[in-house]
Amino acid sequence: MRENPFAITLDVGSSLANKTGSWRVERPVYVHRLPPCNQGCPAGEDIQGWLSLAEEGDGEGAWRRIMEVNPLPAVMGRACFHPCETACNRAQIDEAVGINAVERSLGDRAVRQGWTVPVTAPPTGHRVLVVGAGPAGLSAAYHLRLSGHEVEVRDSAALPGGMLRYGIPAYRLPRDVVDAEVARIEAMGVTLVMGSPVTDAARALEEGFDAVFVGVGAQRGRRAEIPAGDAGRVVDAVSLLHGLEDGSPAVLGRTVVVYGGGDTAMDAARTAERLGATETVVVYRRNRDRMPAHDEEVEDALAEGVRMRWLSTVSRVEGGRLVVERMELDADGFPRPTGELEELEADSLVLALGQDADLSLLEGVAGVRTDGGVVAVDADQRTGHPGVFAGGDVVGGERTITAAVGEGRRAAAAVDAWLDGREPGHPAERPVATADRLNTWYYEDAPRTIRPRLEAVRRRSTFDEVVGGLDDEEALFEARRCLSCGNCFECDNCFGVCPDNAVIKLGPGRGYEFDLDFCKGCGICVEECPCGAIDLVPEPR
Amino acid sequence: MSAPTRSRVRFYQVGSSAVGNRLLGADQRTAQADPDRTNSLTSGHRACQGCGEALGARYVLDAVMRATGGQAVAVNATGCLEVFSTPYPQTSWRLPWLHSLFANAPSVATGVAAALRVQGKADVRVVGQAGDGGTVDIGMGALSGMFERNDDVLFVCYDNEAYMNTGVQRSGATPPAARTATTEAVGAEPGNPFGQGKDMPRIAMAHGIPYVATATVGDLFDLETKVERAMTFHGARYLHVLVPCPLGWGAAPKDTIRLARLAQQTGLFPVFEAEHGEVTGVSPIRRKVPVEQYLRPQRRFAHLFDETGAVAASEVVGRLQAMADRTIARYGLLDAPDGEEGS
Repeated sequence: MRENPFAITLDVGSSLANKTGSWRVERPVYVHRLPPCNQGCPAGEDIQGWLSLAEEGDGEGAWRRIMEVNPLPAVMGRACFHPCETACNRAQIDEAVGINAVERSLGDRAVRQGWTVPVTAPPTGHRVLVVGAGPAGLSAAYHLRLSGHEVEVRDSAALPGGMLRYGIPAYRLPRDVVDAEVARIEAMGVTLVMGSPVTDAARALEEGFDAVFVGVGAQRGRRAEIPAGDAGRVVDAVSLLHGLEDGSPAVLGRTVVVYGGGDTAMDAARTAERLGATETVVVYRRNRDRMPAHDEEVEDALAEGVRMRWLSTVSRVEGGRLVVERMELDADGFPRPTGELEELEADSLVLALGQDADLSLLEGVAGVRTDGGVVAVDADQRTGHPGVFAGGDVVGGERTITAAVGEGRRAAAAVDAWLDGREPGHPAERPVATADRLNTWYYEDAPRTIRPRLEAVRRRSTFDEVVGGLDDEEALFEARRCLSCGNCFECDNCFGVCPDNAVIKLGPGRGYEFDLDFCKGCGICVEECPCGAIDLVPEPR
Repeated sequence: MSAPTRSRVRFYQVGSSAVGNRLLGADQRTAQADPDRTNSLTSGHRACQGCGEALGARYVLDAVMRATGGQAVAVNATGCLEVFSTPYPQTSWRLPWLHSLFANAPSVATGVAAALRVQGKADVRVVGQAGDGGTVDIGMGALSGMFERNDDVLFVCYDNEAYMNTGVQRSGATPPAARTATTEAVGAEPGNPFGQGKDMPRIAMAHGIPYVATATVGDLFDLETKVERAMTFHGARYLHVLVPCPLGWGAAPKDTIRLARLAQQTGLFPVFEAEHGEVTGVSPIRRKVPVEQYLRPQRRFAHLFDETGAVAASEVVGRLQAMADRTIARYGLLDAPDGEEGS
């Protein structure tokens, strides 16, 4: 020991001996909140999670994260109505992150590169029948196969895809994309049996299947009671779109009226344009604000020259003309007839008034309940009959392909649990990463990358895909616009702003840790965390 | 006039605003993002929760250490920073550090620089540092002398706008209307009177020294860029850093950085740099806010608002706003610099 100077009795020491953590009454903790995009995704994707991988340039990792939930990224990157983007917190800063475009870019890259998902689970020896090769059935089959079950998919149509092929027009979803993603599922060992309708779900159980998933969709176009002198001029939208794929397109003529205001009505109208109609009018009984069709679809239809006639109903069809009645909205927003009639020229009338499910295969299956034309299921997609599960349009609800993929996955988990004799597990609920928790100061302004669109003039004569994709670099840029709401993305802010050096940096991918020996609980790290991934909680007693 | 040279990384979620980012290379992050940073002022110091001065001192000295390859000496005036970092026999400093008196830090720094020169240690650089009291009031004579002689010292003022260590008494850097222990919120003109106090960065500029800059703990990239720039000069340099004080300002400890940011975004505290007496760059205001937003979270300005939070002394708030607007006009804080679209 060194001799101390005069009047100095203590050795010099570091302040590290002074554990200022004892001052603390509150402590910071890292949290993983549920990002609003994830909350908004009916398929249940961990969007923030895969965007985070994509941001690092790990496209394959990002794609694999999507594939944990959704086996159809290239399809969904086109045909999903992206409720994630509606929920995106970035919309409150500049514009929502183009999640859908990034998903498509990853999905296309996977197809180009031939990425596949290996089945690593050992064979279980169980056989499961999936009825319907649409999005719900494909999703269920994929997840069941990943769990090691033997899966057979039967479908009455000639080609797989269900509504992906027979409901969504090719200009929105090119068929080679559907083919590629279906082929990848088939290559995993899922057996597809096409042209093979299932008429009795209970019989399948007797045939030796251990469980059945019913995902037959809603294939019947609803007919309205419209007096028609010439029924040949009236066609429903489902048959119109289906016929196009079967090689038997309907002859619609030059002037076409589409009756309805949903996405299918837009698909039908835009298809009519492409089939050579010179005048396409959508007749809908309420106004645009109350139209169920998604805005993007309506905008695209308008851009392609489709006209809209709001607040009108079709009263009757007389030869080459329609009688249309004007409606008005009452105080509750409900349309009421006015008695004012008007005539419209029309070579044909396309009905897009919704679809019903064909439930005949479940008739007589003990315990299966139907409710308003759809199959009643619980939150795990279980019908009332043990071993029979259902999902997709056949159970009603939202009736989008994204919801169908989610229901297919949940059903697969429930089937797996049932075959195993357990109750299906559910992930713990997480509080949502709301926009008010963000410190937006730290985010740079970065406008959204717009996907190219085919010129409107060219669209009217072709079924070529309308919306183009982003290249890899654009997709990387777009992914990096993600705010990472509620989940740390290692910006070093907490590590830098602590006046007490009480944050320990653990290294890339490992985040940070609080040094509670010295943390005084000031809360600066909480306030300055850009993404709201730190909570300040009372000090435990 | 151009913006201070600084790393501008866009679109990486958080590029040039946050401390770092996992997508950026180490050379594009701040010194504070480095797990092996010097930690010039290490843990265990006795500064209050959320102390802006503790943060500012580490920011500045870590940047100095990075710029000099770890060859730096600090000379400290009396004040909070000295008291909370060195209660006998402990020290929080991880670089050579000297303390003598309240008034003489610039002179001691001059002496250290002279001694190093005599010893031929050209690579060792000297930093003098003090609070606003030690700089603007008590040490001003010594500092002015240091400037005039153009001694090779970077002098840093950590400005928390009053004598916090001794119980929040007014200093020459206390803003108008602020309540302190010696300018109580009573009488016809409550708080610190208007028209008094000193604008130290402009006084330093008037000496024509090589480099003068201001910064806040609310913008780390900017602060580090200025320290690095300062270290490229020899001779007298002055850096004035705004460091909010939760205790003296009556603010929540978590709001330290937010208040520093608001001080800049309102225009009350201009962030700029100057060489040889001329302003060479300003940090433009990115999202302008009225002064009210800055005043409201601070109890030292509570007498300007009633219990519902409504403005009670609109004339005073108006005068403070006018002050901010004059400052904005003087430095052109709302003019977008060349080649940038107003961020």
